[in-house]
Amino acid sequence: MAHILLRHRDVENIHQLDVYRQHQGYEALQKVLGMEPAAVTNIVRDSGLRGRGGAGFPTGMKWGFIPKGAGEKYVVINSDESEMGTFKDRELLERNPHQVIEGALIAAYAIGAKQIYNYCRGEFMDAGYAFEQALKDCYANGLLGENILGSGFSCDFSMYFGAGAYICGEETALLNSLMGNLGQPWSKPPFPAVEGLYARPTVVNNTETLANVPPIILNGAEWYKQFGTDRSPGPKIVCLSGHVNKPGNYEIIMGMTYRELIYSEAYGGGISNGKAFKAMLPSGGSGPVVVEDALDAPMTYEGLTPFGSVMGSASVVIMDETVDMVWMAMKCVHFFHHESCGKCTPCREGTYWMEKLLKRIYKGQGTQEDLQTLRSVASNIGGRTLCALGDFAINPVLSTFRHFPQEYEAKIKPAAAVNGQGKKQTAVPVAAD
Amino acid sequence: MIQDKYAEEIKGILARYPTKKSAALPLMHLAQREYGHMSREAMQEVASILDLDPTHILSLTGFYTLYYEEPVGKYVLEVCNDLACALKGADEFAAMASEKLGIDVDETTADGLFTLKTVMCLAACDRAPMLQCNLAFHEHLDEAKFEALIAKLRAEAASGKMAPSVVEKIAAYAKQS
Repeated sequence: MAHILLRHRDVENIHQLDVYRQHQGYEALQKVLGMEPAAVTNIVRDSGLRGRGGAGFPTGMKWGFIPKGAGEKYVVINSDESEMGTFKDRELLERNPHQVIEGALIAAYAIGAKQIYNYCRGEFMDAGYAFEQALKDCYANGLLGENILGSGFSCDFSMYFGAGAYICGEETALLNSLMGNLGQPWSKPPFPAVEGLYARPTVVNNTETLANVPPIILNGAEWYKQFGTDRSPGPKIVCLSGHVNKPGNYEIIMGMTYRELIYSEAYGGGISNGKAFKAMLPSGGSGPVVVEDALDAPMTYEGLTPFGSVMGSASVVIMDETVDMVWMAMKCVHFFHHESCGKCTPCREGTYWMEKLLKRIYKGQGTQEDLQTLRSVASNIGGRTLCALGDFAINPVLSTFRHFPQEYEAKIKPAAAVNGQGKKQTAVPVAAD
Repeated sequence: MIQDKYAEEIKGILARYPTKKSAALPLMHLAQREYGHMSREAMQEVASILDLDPTHILSLTGFYTLYYEEPVGKYVLEVCNDLACALKGADEFAAMASEKLGIDVDETTADGLFTLKTVMCLAACDRAPMLQCNLAFHEHLDEAKFEALIAKLRAEAASGKMAPSVVEKIAAYAKQS
């Protein structure tokens, strides 16, 4: 089947405006410019499109939250793609930018925004250049600026470069960053739909989410719903990495199993170096690790619920039989400790202590008490922070405890051995529960 | 003074946002081009253009990893050793790079050419090991390719025809948009 999102793989040079327009480019925009804005939102709502950044929130509902009436409103694209194992938005920005621009323009028309910002992580220089060129071409051809395509609708579009911060993928942190502040989340409410950028109603959508919008408008909600499942319709770009023969981005129809993704020749082509599968992170560092029994689950927003995990952004990291799961948890926790914005104490202090404890245990210097403290610290972060980063940070720890307790136990020194070397067991200064 | 030297660019950046404060990150990218890192002077200039307290710019500098608090080399090599890359040998690759350059991570070579850093995920997990050199992606790397890259960069620096540094690239980009 032809790609719906990664269309550059079927159509050469689709990043060029004239090529994009030869392949129905901006026809969806043309179509909505003659419609009632509310009708546009209804089509997107009826399609069942859900946010592709990971949370899966219904896109049409998000647009529908924007109050009607006059005054400034904003559309902000979340291109701060920083989740470990995620590399789909970079490909879209670089290779198929117009589909993202068109989707954002349709969103702007639907909610009555006259300004779009694309918040792009600062490391995406190459993608940023490519995207910027596409914007210039749009301005030069009446697709951006005043009176777009003679419709009377006007909208401006600017890039905004972040400067290195995972947390800016969280929408309120992103908006704070765009307003020149530290990229730290705020306590909701107010939600961005009511008070977002510059305290005005704002829609924040992921890059891939917006790329879904033009084909939905062009072909209709019913067409879109024929793909995927009832609750998870449509295509999804899956980022496959780690120990597979053919890592990369794959556009799949939701509902396909993880087993097919990993083993089919059309996708991952099996585990590399003839090794056996051990574990999978289905959503980068932020979703709980799963094992073999989850491989027949469908790739949908709900598919991994019985296995205690999530599809999230579909950043699938595969690990073979040689991978040490304590090391894996330590790597993930190092990431979250580094990226914690420091606003909430449980996350700021908790990720510090989890990393310290995991390092000690990994080096074989940990005690039973350290293990208990690690579990206690992790349990006291979850649900106690303003944003999901704190909840994400404990997933690699608690899920490896669940599936691989023996790997932790094997690294723990028996108390006698510790004392036998003349070392005194000291309590870690964190309250145990 | 960036305010005089880049007056037009600064005007263009300010015009994009309804508040001056929003221009903080773009102007910091610009200032870093001029000064090589976020020096005290750079922070004070940005603060003065935006009518902000310099301590706000200092806190932004500390918060965002792409702003350098200390001077860096002409080429900033940022090796991703996050989990997905580490599964493909990125930790060993970073150690090799450190040994070849004769510096530890976060150090700069004596000739001022190279700074080595290890960084969080750069969204190229399917092409590990990889690094960014002044924000350009170099993927599917190994020891031989790393040595070739370093040799090429040394030759480029010696010829005086250097590719723009990371800060120059960002600022050049900011100028266009």
